[in-house]
Amino acid sequence: MKKLLILGAGTAGTMMANKMRKQLARDEWDITIVDQYKTHYYQPGFLFIPFGMYTKNDVIKPKSDFFPVGVNVIYSKIDKIVADKNQVLLDEGVVLQYDYMIIATGTRTAPEEVDGLKGNLWYKDIFDFYTIEGAVALAKYFKTWQGGELVINIAELPYKCPVAPLEFAFFADAFFTERGMRDKVNITYVTPLPGAFTKPRATKMLGELLEQKNINIIPDFNIMEVNNEEKKIIDYGGKEIPFDCLVSIPTNMGDDMIERSGLGDDMNFVLTDKFTLRQKDHENIFVLGDAANIPTSKAGSVAHFAAEILEENLMCAIEGRPLTAKFDGHANCYIETGYGKGTLIDFNYDTEPLPGSFPFPGLGPFGLLKVTRTNHYGKLMFRWIYWHILLKGKEMPIDSEMQMAGKKL
Amino acid sequence: MDKLIAGVNVSVNEEGYMTDSSQWTKEVAAAIAAEEGIELTDKHYELIEFVRNKVANGETLTIRGIGKSGVVSAKEFYGLFPGAPLKKATKISGVPKPTSCI
Repeated sequence: MKKLLILGAGTAGTMMANKMRKQLARDEWDITIVDQYKTHYYQPGFLFIPFGMYTKNDVIKPKSDFFPVGVNVIYSKIDKIVADKNQVLLDEGVVLQYDYMIIATGTRTAPEEVDGLKGNLWYKDIFDFYTIEGAVALAKYFKTWQGGELVINIAELPYKCPVAPLEFAFFADAFFTERGMRDKVNITYVTPLPGAFTKPRATKMLGELLEQKNINIIPDFNIMEVNNEEKKIIDYGGKEIPFDCLVSIPTNMGDDMIERSGLGDDMNFVLTDKFTLRQKDHENIFVLGDAANIPTSKAGSVAHFAAEILEENLMCAIEGRPLTAKFDGHANCYIETGYGKGTLIDFNYDTEPLPGSFPFPGLGPFGLLKVTRTNHYGKLMFRWIYWHILLKGKEMPIDSEMQMAGKKL
Repeated sequence: MDKLIAGVNVSVNEEGYMTDSSQWTKEVAAAIAAEEGIELTDKHYELIEFVRNKVANGETLTIRGIGKSGVVSAKEFYGLFPGAPLKKATKISGVPKPTSCI
């Protein structure tokens, strides 16, 4: 029997287990998936928790609900990959051998990377919302918060779901307005980027939206430390911003195991070819999702589009053919803007987010770089699609390659 | 387009970043630095060498990476190139402006 090993059973790993079990004959290929946790989190839902729109129960299901029949599942921590021997060492001394491997170990928040972030005020006046613990703690905090300086800070690039901090700011504006205390809350968005987003048109559109909602933006801020005593954040240039409540998007890093295995960059993201999705130094290792160092957004939509490319290229490799599929960096993000409305961006390595309609040119129903009610419903519907279609690796009516039709230059 | 820097014609883009890294010399660097209001010291040149090597190897430049370079700490890096260190350092080093990717 030949062996396909998948490390990580999050969005990317689970999709690939489903896709490859359909592709590979059961009597020729063993498929094994390894993860240390048994719970699958619907991570896009974390954003809704601080504002009481979702609870913890809305975003969790057992991982085992989403594995296909005929896949071996091992719940264990991974010690390291020994790529030269085609081996993976698990904790407790188990050794797994593979013919082909997919690394899908994702990214984690690393608040310890910024001095003072995980200090005395952590989960008292300083929160993150990229973990279930942080999102739930913040929900509890907001219920009784009397207002003051609400500072949203992105520590460092790259970070998961690049629009989520903006959505958080928009939601906060609506939330405190609806509670009749917006005049007591000053919202400041502090980012290392030169503006609200990276590319010109989306930056302009989202920057104007921040302005309309009376949210201050402080760009080009690279945080050096958090001063817990004086409640302020300080950047390397000496700029200081006081806060009463700090919502931090901490540094994102790949799994520590990647560092131990010598396969990653200085943030533990796996060195990956951005077109083929193959690991840079090993022909039988492929990488999917946030774990890769490819220059696109770290988001489920990217993993979904890349999964189709990876499926094709992995089959090429297994059958000894040249890799024919080429990933274009396609990302697609619904952006909640508050008050039951949302916007949408669609882009890739080369094309910035443009205005237009999606997915059907001229028809929509979704509007690109427009604030509409339908876009908001798209985001809400997505949770159902995620659990029932996406994770199971089923076909969706959206091309993996970004389409120019429907976009206006 | 070409720009006369330190007495030589150097090709640059509209933001003033050099488009041909091989045209870089210490004199060109000093002239670009002067435009940015920076006087280059040995420490600057040490860092410039690190930056040029990194880019020549196809590696991405980050403030974190420079802070871990052993040449300077992130804070010292800000001291050498005040305000926007990565943008200024790359411009003076004759390499492309780093693209931020999220």
